[in-house]
Amino acid sequence: MFASRFVTASKFIRQFATKSEDIAGMIKNNKVVVFMKGVPEEPRCGFSNAVVQIMRMHGVQYDAHDVLKDETLRQGIKEFSNWPTIPQVFINGDFVGGCDILLQMHQNGELIEELKKVGIESALLTQEQSKEKDSTKSENN
Amino acid sequence: MLRLLAPKVLGYNSVCKQLLRNMTDSSKPIESVIRKKLKDAFSPTHLDVINESYMHNVPKGAETHFKVVVVSDKFTDLALLKRHQMVNSLLSYELQHGVHALSIVAKTPSQWNDSDKIVKPSPNCRGGFGK
Repeated sequence: MFASRFVTASKFIRQFATKSEDIAGMIKNNKVVVFMKGVPEEPRCGFSNAVVQIMRMHGVQYDAHDVLKDETLRQGIKEFSNWPTIPQVFINGDFVGGCDILLQMHQNGELIEELKKVGIESALLTQEQSKEKDSTKSENN
Repeated sequence: MLRLLAPKVLGYNSVCKQLLRNMTDSSKPIESVIRKKLKDAFSPTHLDVINESYMHNVPKGAETHFKVVVVSDKFTDLALLKRHQMVNSLLSYELQHGVHALSIVAKTPSQWNDSDKIVKPSPNCRGGFGK
């Protein structure tokens, strides 16, 4: 009885430790990594959906992990980043925030800057520049 | 199995105790606790605790989804992530016991005065963004 308890406990600890290592690997696998409910094609929560829409606007290619498919990941990621809610966004392996923070970064232009730092040109910036080009062209004409 | 169940049962009991302690506003016990905690911790110049649970697939009168607007001097010179972490850790008990969405607006009084002071509702749980 005692022995079996001990085995269960060490199994539990090992499982947890592996999860934390797994997550450390996941967040380094791509420049932008999102933990969300559902998948980008079909988000299962409005907050996750908002993050997906923001990423789409900026044309960012990212890794998405569905926490609804994996309960250990759902709990593990909360402990890993010490953040109680989903979605969670990582840029260059650093935790950036959840939906509110990303939305605010999108609104104040900070997201474009953060993406630039890791070598990603936001699609919004590219659009802006081509618009400017167009307008200078028409002025010249 | 028992081990798995035990924390849940304990959690439920303490939630009940907390509910009983806060019978002053019996219809909104968790909202009242959140309001009190934020008030005590941040002495905010402006505070809003909005129950957004009705926007989600939960029973009527549920207290599962909240948005808080906290305007406080205590956020001065702190990055947004840090501000959110302060609010999250203050309300960590609630987040582990029933509250599963917490949207945060954390501004300093001058940021609040410069803003349009309009806080938009959070997206719906299902079918947000015109789906």
